[in-house]
Amino acid sequence: MMSERTNTRESISKHPPSVKKNVNLYSVVLSALLLIVLYFVLMKIEGSANALVPRIARLCAINIVLALAMNLINGFTGIFSLGQAGFMAVGAYTTALLTIEPARKLSMYIVTPIVKPLETLTLPFGLTLIIGGLIAAGLAFLIGVPCLRLRGDYLAIATLGFSEIIRVFIMNAQSLTNGAQGLKSIPPNATILWTYGVALAVIAFMALFTTSSYGRALKAVREDEIAAESMGVSLFKHKMMSFMISAFLAGVGGGLLAAYNGTIGQDMFRVMQTYNVLMIVVMGGMGSISGSVIAAFVVTIGQEMLRVLDGPINLGFWKTSGIAGMRMVVFSALLLVVIVFFRNGLFGTKELTWSGIVRNIEKLAGRGKRGEVA
Amino acid sequence: MRQKVLEVNSVTMQFGGLIAVNDLTLFADQKEIVALIGPNGAGKTTAFNMITGVYKPTSGHIALNKLNITGMRPDRITRLGMARTFQNIRLFKSLPVLDNVVIAQHLRIKSNWLGSTLRLPRYNKENRLMYEHAEHLLEHMGLKDVIHETASSLPYGMQRKLEIARAIATQPVMLLLDEPAAGMNPAESMELTQLIQSVRDEFDLTILLIEHHMDVVMDISDRIYVLDYGNLIAVGTPAEIQANDVVIKAYLGVAEDEA
Amino acid sequence: MTGSMFLQHFTNALSVASLYALLAIGYTMVYGILRLINFAHGEIFMMGMYFAYFGIAMFHLPWFVSFIIAIIITALLGVAAERLAYRPLRDAPRISILISAIAVSYFLQNFATVLFGGRPLMFQQIPLLTTIMQLGPIRVPRLTLIVPAVTILLLVGLQFLLKKTKTGMAMRAVSRDYDAARLMGIDLNFTIAMTFFIGSALAGVGAILWGLKYPQIKPDVGSMPGIKCFIAAVLGGIGNTTGAVLGGFVLGFAEIMFVAFFPAASGYRDAVAFILLILILLVLPAGLLGKNTTEKV
Repeated sequence: MMSERTNTRESISKHPPSVKKNVNLYSVVLSALLLIVLYFVLMKIEGSANALVPRIARLCAINIVLALAMNLINGFTGIFSLGQAGFMAVGAYTTALLTIEPARKLSMYIVTPIVKPLETLTLPFGLTLIIGGLIAAGLAFLIGVPCLRLRGDYLAIATLGFSEIIRVFIMNAQSLTNGAQGLKSIPPNATILWTYGVALAVIAFMALFTTSSYGRALKAVREDEIAAESMGVSLFKHKMMSFMISAFLAGVGGGLLAAYNGTIGQDMFRVMQTYNVLMIVVMGGMGSISGSVIAAFVVTIGQEMLRVLDGPINLGFWKTSGIAGMRMVVFSALLLVVIVFFRNGLFGTKELTWSGIVRNIEKLAGRGKRGEVA
Repeated sequence: MRQKVLEVNSVTMQFGGLIAVNDLTLFADQKEIVALIGPNGAGKTTAFNMITGVYKPTSGHIALNKLNITGMRPDRITRLGMARTFQNIRLFKSLPVLDNVVIAQHLRIKSNWLGSTLRLPRYNKENRLMYEHAEHLLEHMGLKDVIHETASSLPYGMQRKLEIARAIATQPVMLLLDEPAAGMNPAESMELTQLIQSVRDEFDLTILLIEHHMDVVMDISDRIYVLDYGNLIAVGTPAEIQANDVVIKAYLGVAEDEA
Repeated sequence: MTGSMFLQHFTNALSVASLYALLAIGYTMVYGILRLINFAHGEIFMMGMYFAYFGIAMFHLPWFVSFIIAIIITALLGVAAERLAYRPLRDAPRISILISAIAVSYFLQNFATVLFGGRPLMFQQIPLLTTIMQLGPIRVPRLTLIVPAVTILLLVGLQFLLKKTKTGMAMRAVSRDYDAARLMGIDLNFTIAMTFFIGSALAGVGAILWGLKYPQIKPDVGSMPGIKCFIAAVLGGIGNTTGAVLGGFVLGFAEIMFVAFFPAASGYRDAVAFILLILILLVLPAGLLGKNTTEKV
């Protein structure tokens, strides 16, 4: 029985449940090597003559964080939440408000002055990311209490609704968020080191959390709520845990995004923002960490490469002086094709693991000799 | 005198105008195997759903080891020692067989989510024990060779057994089996009969089961309850039930046609 | 609040509610048949607005010709979305088709930005429809009364179609039981396509009336009304056309009265729908007119 299906299952397999010692060892060594390579690649990118290159590289890392945050709740827990943009907004505004220099704040709040303690308060960037994440998680708790009881598509609409309420609040809370004017002069703290540091930490967290007993329980909830509950898994507790952690990570991602962008406004956090992240998650495969990571690169870089479509095009027989937004049309059409024809994305719920890769290489090498795969 | 593990006291379930189960009273003694039989639509699965907390009974009381569990959430009832299987198999389909059984032990975990994620020593120990226990259980159920397979890829009979293994992994005192022999041939159901008895002895279980295969029911049950249109129409030992005129009229005759 | 002010709000609420009802029907019909929140419905609505606008602005059609053509094109667009993005996924898990609907909405918004430009356009004022008239103590545009009238007319037509025509009966059959309907020889593809056609046509009508009432057109003009009208459909009991109308009215009145009584909080108008949604779902999970179903275990 040597079908294609078995092949893919071998090469992109889930973690074998009882991990052997030696497998562990070479995974660690290979991962360490990969990290070192990554470090040098990033340093090379940072020194690139084209300023756009490090910028895109950083955006890739931020998108990894955002995609994994969403994948936790949507992919691993099977709860179709569309509240991502709201939690990102919370993180973004927290980081912005806590890192912008007091003098800048003073000059920015024209309509109403900024509320008292924030006027002069500034904190280290890393701390603001965590605070932003925590506020987002706290908000997720409040939203989750009513929403997580709803089923499937109602939950999607309700979370989307709360995300919009957060945005509407930001627009109206003039003295806190500067309302429709938004915030600018956010210090550019989202360096290559920060973005990739956070992204790696989040990848490591997700890898460990989703394979822990709690992660398994979340997958059980995804597979069959009624069965999971009958096996003693408290649905509400576990859904809430996933929802809050997801919101925390989205908040951190939002904070990075604020520092990356330099300016933020409520308009950035419309439903479209949630869809953007959702598309990365779907493309990579709902329930696959490696899928989200790779898709974050593919989508971010792909969108940049499609930018040529916005510029002047001369195909000889057809000329255009550039249509702004053309790339997004092409991109969303491509996406639609992926969703309709490859709905499991790149990886489905599978993961890329060292043991899977090694096994695959061994198999490729051994195929010629034995002509059969065990 | 043996202790009553499960006591169901005049429980009624009403869906709108329909009375699915009417004033049902039953009990199960420790290590007893009790069967709940009756024609399709008699309310057997509804009774299961009330006992396990999936439905909240309209009236009546249910107690597990003297503890009132009426209307409790299913996960809490499971934690108190009740486990079940489902009529229309509800495995964690896309997960490996082994994980299906490991997940069922999650309810006993002491580490919190952070400790688990950080792989603290206590968690590692707990996790190892979960896997060892799961492997042991699967071996007992004759599923050792398929532990790394995806649950949905197993043949039907094995899926039924896996559901039983998963239920036992929650460390119950009371096990509810909803048509464990459904879709099995006579040889398989014979094997299942022995398996049920062996897990009862091995894990000190009290078992309540719904079953349509009369040979299985008559073979392993200590006592049988017969439901018809939501009403309890007879209780007794297999021999008594087989000789009961009401039962024969309401049920056994119909079952012949169905089979 | 004075009586005339109240009346002013009341007539306004009446027209807003009617618009919500028109859009909610499209959601409820699609949900009834495919169990799908057609996330793209709001974008179909948005496209309808642009079609009507360009019919007049670019092709210089008389307004009623432009409107009719726009309604037909909008309806066909809905059918096309079903054919291309939903039908291939009909047997896939429900979540896939939901994601596909989101992707369609994402695509249409981007597409509209390129096609029509991101800058807001002003929908034409049709004097016959938008002239302000004196109505007792209050002054309202004619439109405020035309909208409910058109809505009622269309609803009566829809009820007739669903109850008396063969296609309508097929739609109801499919929404009741997919497989049984297929076994009874109902052409599933045609019936579903018709559902999208009618739902999207109503969205087209709604779009034109909306454009007359709120003339600013932007590519994202459909997303908020879209979501709100889905909520209206849920409020009324999803899958039930009468429920959708009821939900539209509940939502329309709740929003306008919220603004009327709490003018200081008018910035939060958009939050009303979501809070209403949560409240209803917690109290009556099946909506006002929906039937409660328990999952079989």
